[in-house]
Amino acid sequence: MKQLLAIVFALLVSVPALAVPAPGTLADPALEARARALQKELRCMVCQGESIDESNASLAADLRALIRKHIQAGESDAQIKQYLVARYGDMILMKPPFESNTYALWLTPFLVLMVCLGAAAWVVIRASRRPASE
Amino acid sequence: MTGEIGLLALCLALALAIVQTLSGLSGARVAGSLSRGIATSSATGQFVFVALAFGALIYASVTDDFSIANVAENSHTLKPLIYKISGVWGNHEGSMLLWVFVLSVYSAAIAFLKRGSDRLTSAALGVQGLVAVAFIVFILFTSNPFVRLDPAPFEGNGLNPLLQDFGLAVHPPMLYTGYVGLSAAFAYAAAALIVRERDWARAARPFMLAAWIALTLGIALGSWWAYYELGWGGFWFWDPVENASLMPWLVATALLHSALATERTGAFRTWTLLLAIAGFSLSLIGTFLVRSGVLTSVHAFASDPTRGTYILFLIFGAIGGALALFAWRAPSLEEGASFEPVSRETALLLNNVFLTASAATVFVGTLYPLALDTFTGTKISVGPPFYAATFAPFFFAMLILVPFGPRLGWHRGNLRAALRTLYPALGAALLAFALILAFTTPRSLFGAAAFAVAAWLIASSAIDFWTRGWRGASPASVASMLGHAGLAVTLIGIAGTTLWRSEALEVLGPHDSMYVGGYELRLDDVVGVKGPNYDAARAIVTVKRNGETIAVMHPERRVFPAERQETVETAIRTTIFTDLYLALGDRRDATHWILRAYVNPLAPFIWLGGLVMALGGLAALWSRMRKPRAVPDAMAAPAE
Repeated sequence: MKQLLAIVFALLVSVPALAVPAPGTLADPALEARARALQKELRCMVCQGESIDESNASLAADLRALIRKHIQAGESDAQIKQYLVARYGDMILMKPPFESNTYALWLTPFLVLMVCLGAAAWVVIRASRRPASE
Repeated sequence: MTGEIGLLALCLALALAIVQTLSGLSGARVAGSLSRGIATSSATGQFVFVALAFGALIYASVTDDFSIANVAENSHTLKPLIYKISGVWGNHEGSMLLWVFVLSVYSAAIAFLKRGSDRLTSAALGVQGLVAVAFIVFILFTSNPFVRLDPAPFEGNGLNPLLQDFGLAVHPPMLYTGYVGLSAAFAYAAAALIVRERDWARAARPFMLAAWIALTLGIALGSWWAYYELGWGGFWFWDPVENASLMPWLVATALLHSALATERTGAFRTWTLLLAIAGFSLSLIGTFLVRSGVLTSVHAFASDPTRGTYILFLIFGAIGGALALFAWRAPSLEEGASFEPVSRETALLLNNVFLTASAATVFVGTLYPLALDTFTGTKISVGPPFYAATFAPFFFAMLILVPFGPRLGWHRGNLRAALRTLYPALGAALLAFALILAFTTPRSLFGAAAFAVAAWLIASSAIDFWTRGWRGASPASVASMLGHAGLAVTLIGIAGTTLWRSEALEVLGPHDSMYVGGYELRLDDVVGVKGPNYDAARAIVTVKRNGETIAVMHPERRVFPAERQETVETAIRTTIFTDLYLALGDRRDATHWILRAYVNPLAPFIWLGGLVMALGGLAALWSRMRKPRAVPDAMAAPAE
């Protein structure tokens, strides 16, 4: 079932001839660490499911360089994210924001867990009250 | 001729599947054995004809018969033999044929093993037949792999180079054995509702186990492939295609546990039925997600909706039909024996609560972005941070509870006695927590907790084995020990890699060195190498540790002229406890190349754990095949 992923990946990735940027890492290790952490939270828009931290696509390379430029300009992580969301939309965030159109997404897992726990408690109570048989 | 033989065989298989459906279902109603016999022999015949069709396609691919469109689009004369074979299921049409082939294998197995009452087997064959009809019709009308080209091209288009890989040659058949195996569990569940059979779970168990083992191995293989082939050292992306295989696995795991209770005491009878239905439904949904093109883009699906729409109808038909049958018949099933709040039953119920919530999380995380895009046009990403906040804590909580399950008796357990046997495991967990926190950097509470839970699971399995001894350990108890310990091994791998990975990315000229995680890597040369159907640039990298040369590694970049694509071939040196992982990047100029290097501590444990889990499944399967119709024992009995 991986073929589709692989095919799409290959099509998207191989077109720009697997361009990896020059290792333009920031000199300050603290800033570089911030850039690396930020990279993991941003999606490579043209890939399938990968962050820009682990993608060969040229867009990802451009964004990696862009982030470093903004970090060096002294912007905070939130500001950089805001800048990117304004340009690319919420899709660029690996972690979907908690907003009116994602309440259902964020709350469903916990609701299901609560409902299941409640149902299990009900089943256990009923089963323990039933007279022993068999 | 090959294509025509294949097509004819597929048509005959369809006819036999129809016969199998009708005779199987009527055999479930009438006590006579004639229609049952017909169902059995048509299942066998269907297997033979589907195998013939599948064999015809493989033969066409191996002999480079480019007059068949499917072969022309996906093969090439220069492709190595193994990829000519595996290329058959590397594309849509061929993989659907593989789907039907695996389905027919399971049908034949149901017919031959004849587990459960005759009426149950017959009805199960009928349901399997119905699924086969739906899928063969799908292939014949929307995805015919035997369509001819006239004139036939001299050369094929070739197979995506990323798929030309051993791991990915084996991955789809393994995964399909799992997906489709859940159809056997589904067929038995539906059959149980049709003939009002109480003890269906025992009859269906080997099929559930086979499906679960195959799913476990299939997912592990897929993850391993992503790790070594994509070149970034990632092993799980929470990609919809991966999630499509994870959801059935979670539900199948829940099903295996719930069915244990149903078999033993009759508890959760209706819930187990529902899980069997859900498991196969998720397999179908997974097939839909991957095969309809809906994942690439909602619009890609809309532009050619035939296949997707058909599968969607198939899903609604299967789920709707099964649930209607369930709503109609399930209330008439009697309830099982009573059990106390502290008992094996409650433990299994909690296992199911967490697995169900985990599966629901993956489900909503996978489908929500698609739904949002379809209805509002808003695009969002649901990436790893979402699952870290939802799936991870659910799964973690479940893992903490795991060791209690096998230590509590059926009907009524003794929590204090269970805890007493677990004290050493608790000690091991606390020790692991303290050691990791004190002696490793970066300091991470979550990391330490992960290792503590892993120690807790492994120690509790070890204690279980120790107290039983070599002779006293039944295959069933070994199955639970291995299954649970395997989870811990995978957890260790994930935690180790995530916490302690180190990486470096540098431009190297001849004889330049770089350093990563205590290794010195020296680029000696980059040479051109000619493969069977590719040209490679192969780096020769000398690996030194403490000044001594310990290995020479060869990461490559391969260019496939036929497919006009480039792939990265990583070089991995593993000591089981750590991977040194090299990927050759771009060429900068005549002599300089980018080299990416990672040290991934404990990474092999991720897949090793999958292997251990699968071994646990095999132990359970072996214990079942040895005594196919064990007498149920209502008393508290050794762990299973």
